[in-house]
Amino acid sequence: MSLDLALIWAGLIAVAVLLYVVLDGFDLGLGILFPFARSPRDRDVMMNTVAPVWDGNETWLVLGGGGLLAAFPLAYSILMPALYLPVLMMLAGLILRGVAFEFRFRARDRGRRFWTQMFAFGSILAAFAQGLILGGFIQGVQVVDDRFAGGPFDWFTPYTLLVACGLVAGYALLGATWLMLKTTDDLHGDARKWTGISAVATAVLLAAVSLATLVAHPVIGERWGWPDGLMGGIDWAVFAPRALIPLIGVAGLAMVFLGSRKGSHGWPFVGALTVFLSGYLGLAISFAPYVVPYAVNFRQGAAPDNALGLMLWGTAFILPTILAYTAWVYWVFRGKMTPETGYH
Amino acid sequence: MDFDALLLSRMQFAFTVAFHILFPAFTIGLAAFLAVLEGLWLWTKRDVFQTLYLFWVKIFALSFGMGVVSGVVLSYQFGTNWSEFIRLTGGVIGPLLAYEVLTAFFLEASFLGVMLFGWKKVGPKLHFLATVLVAIGTSVSAFWILSANSWMQTPQGYEILANGVFQATNFWEVVFNPSFPSRLTHMLLAAFLTTALVVGAASAFQVLKTRKSGEAPTGWTASRVALVMAVGMIAVTAPLQLLAGHWSGEVAHHYQPSKLAAIEGYWETRADQPLHLFAIPDRSTQSNHFEVSIPGVGNMVQNLPRDEVIQGLDQLAPEDQPPVFMVFWSFRVMVGLGMLMIGLGLWGAYLLWRKTLFDSRWFLRFAVVMGPSGFIAVLAGWMVTEIGRQPWVVYGVLRTADAVSPVTSGEVLTSLLVYITVYAIVFTAGALFILRLMAEGPKAVVTARAAEERRAPGSALAKAPEDVDGDVPGDPS
Repeated sequence: MSLDLALIWAGLIAVAVLLYVVLDGFDLGLGILFPFARSPRDRDVMMNTVAPVWDGNETWLVLGGGGLLAAFPLAYSILMPALYLPVLMMLAGLILRGVAFEFRFRARDRGRRFWTQMFAFGSILAAFAQGLILGGFIQGVQVVDDRFAGGPFDWFTPYTLLVACGLVAGYALLGATWLMLKTTDDLHGDARKWTGISAVATAVLLAAVSLATLVAHPVIGERWGWPDGLMGGIDWAVFAPRALIPLIGVAGLAMVFLGSRKGSHGWPFVGALTVFLSGYLGLAISFAPYVVPYAVNFRQGAAPDNALGLMLWGTAFILPTILAYTAWVYWVFRGKMTPETGYH
Repeated sequence: MDFDALLLSRMQFAFTVAFHILFPAFTIGLAAFLAVLEGLWLWTKRDVFQTLYLFWVKIFALSFGMGVVSGVVLSYQFGTNWSEFIRLTGGVIGPLLAYEVLTAFFLEASFLGVMLFGWKKVGPKLHFLATVLVAIGTSVSAFWILSANSWMQTPQGYEILANGVFQATNFWEVVFNPSFPSRLTHMLLAAFLTTALVVGAASAFQVLKTRKSGEAPTGWTASRVALVMAVGMIAVTAPLQLLAGHWSGEVAHHYQPSKLAAIEGYWETRADQPLHLFAIPDRSTQSNHFEVSIPGVGNMVQNLPRDEVIQGLDQLAPEDQPPVFMVFWSFRVMVGLGMLMIGLGLWGAYLLWRKTLFDSRWFLRFAVVMGPSGFIAVLAGWMVTEIGRQPWVVYGVLRTADAVSPVTSGEVLTSLLVYITVYAIVFTAGALFILRLMAEGPKAVVTARAAEERRAPGSALAKAPEDVDGDVPGDPS
């Protein structure tokens, strides 16, 4: 039996990116919410809720990048130059916020304030840049002769800016719901407030991005059942089965709002995850089977079978192990976080 | 692709990779040191090992954080700046990099959380296991990245398809390419040596400080224990490193003759080469200026018979020669520091034997001065190997000029300036925090712990802000 290695790897990388988005999403979200915290003490608690796990979360980004490099070198070599400046912004943001975890606790007065600002600034910059990358990816990349052939600012369009705002709102929602799960008292109350605001923002922006995608990219419109543009009438046979995906998103938002109103600490976070899952599935349907949208599909972009096979052998054993110990680490650090349960 | 984007990309890669390597070079050894300390603590139950662990783990956390963020940059830079390299060779070295993420990065990152924040959450044995896994992760990471880099130095086990793309014919040969075993050994020893030099310097500084303050120096203080451990490590690894370096040189003689010629400043292909102690190699004249040489021993240093011909740079067209000056001098900086390290190790071992290690002020000062020498030697060594490979990115097969991305010089200039700015901020702050901790010494841990014990949980003081001693809740100690 021969495995469809390219397909398996496309799936694995899609899963790695999804895991990255939800895992690092909530800790980037904390940084986005940082400026709104009442006190330095609250910020300490916010940071401590993710301090033991953020590094592991970010490793999924390295796997996403490294996996793309290894399994789809052609896609990696086209996308990275195409998205050069947004990738730079993301990396600069991740550096500043990453070191802030340690530096903030080591610094004194002025230094402490500086690294608090850098944590917020870096998180917002990284989230926004990831939105630009996503938007630039969806709108497609110009390819000639297996190489990127566009200009340095091709990614800079109203559409990508809209996607970037949407992702920042979405990460803030993940962060706020995570805080509802992990904190108590005043901070929990603030988190609930932030959840409400960011959920509304996410809902509006997600709807706007969805419509903009259908309008701006006829190929995607056709896939969702609008062969002649949004005004041209809908093909229900195509749209009906796909309608499940936006419905999942609506269900997620309902979980956030209802859970929050009923005083649940866990359901809003589950709801936020569901919203992200829906958005992700929507994207997957929109540009499968492309790894470089509208230019290179996953078969053309794949590494040779012997490379994919070699990696699959190890991955089959190692990935479940990674998931198991990641789950164990989350289990070790489960439960509510208060100033008194700081780690000493 | 314009020339400036190539030059700027090379500058950027050199800058970002040089910044990055400082941290793994330190944390590989430090993780192992921490595992040994925690093991000794569990075994002997002596407080001194716990004190040392709690002290050095703070420095580890700072260094590791900087290593992680600067490493993420590298994993994306292959694509942003060297996309042609990846497009062509991704199918061969990609799996090596992917295995590094899967077998090392996740292990380190996940168990680091337990190591730093898990003291009260898991039992001592499980905590020890976390430390050991982090230490293993750092070394496994070195295994894969050295394998990938060595393949670029001495490629084998691949074929080039009609469209120019590389494909592996035998992955075993790719991973275990000819220069890999010697270079991995050389790098791991360098990491252990770098850490031992830093630990030795910080500890010697504390021993000197206590002497100066006039406190009666008695018994095994934490700094004294650490100093003995560091001296022992240097005394063993520094001479071994000389052998490992020599092994690396022999492999280069075999597989990368142009690199060896640049290292030794040999322009002429001949038997019975001299050994140049000093020279200013000049590519424009294809010769050395101001040579100071010992004739007749060049071959001996390479462990080759005197009548064996050693290839010189004259075998290559000038555009195929590496930048000789930088390779020649980086090598001499590395070897010179290596000799000083061997001296430090032997002197320390002698004083230890005479039981006067803590009394020799001159030795302690020497140990302090040698603290950063490991970092400088590591940088110099990497400059030798990476510049010595030029003008190739995959030696003899793919030119660096053909590996660069189709990006504009404006983009690369922007990114280079951003990295310089961000790294300058991060490095200044990080170095400041680390040096501040070292100046305080392990004593800081002891007083912090005593303060915590005085404030029993549930007492009124337990809720007092901890800023009194400059610490905060959530401090990962």
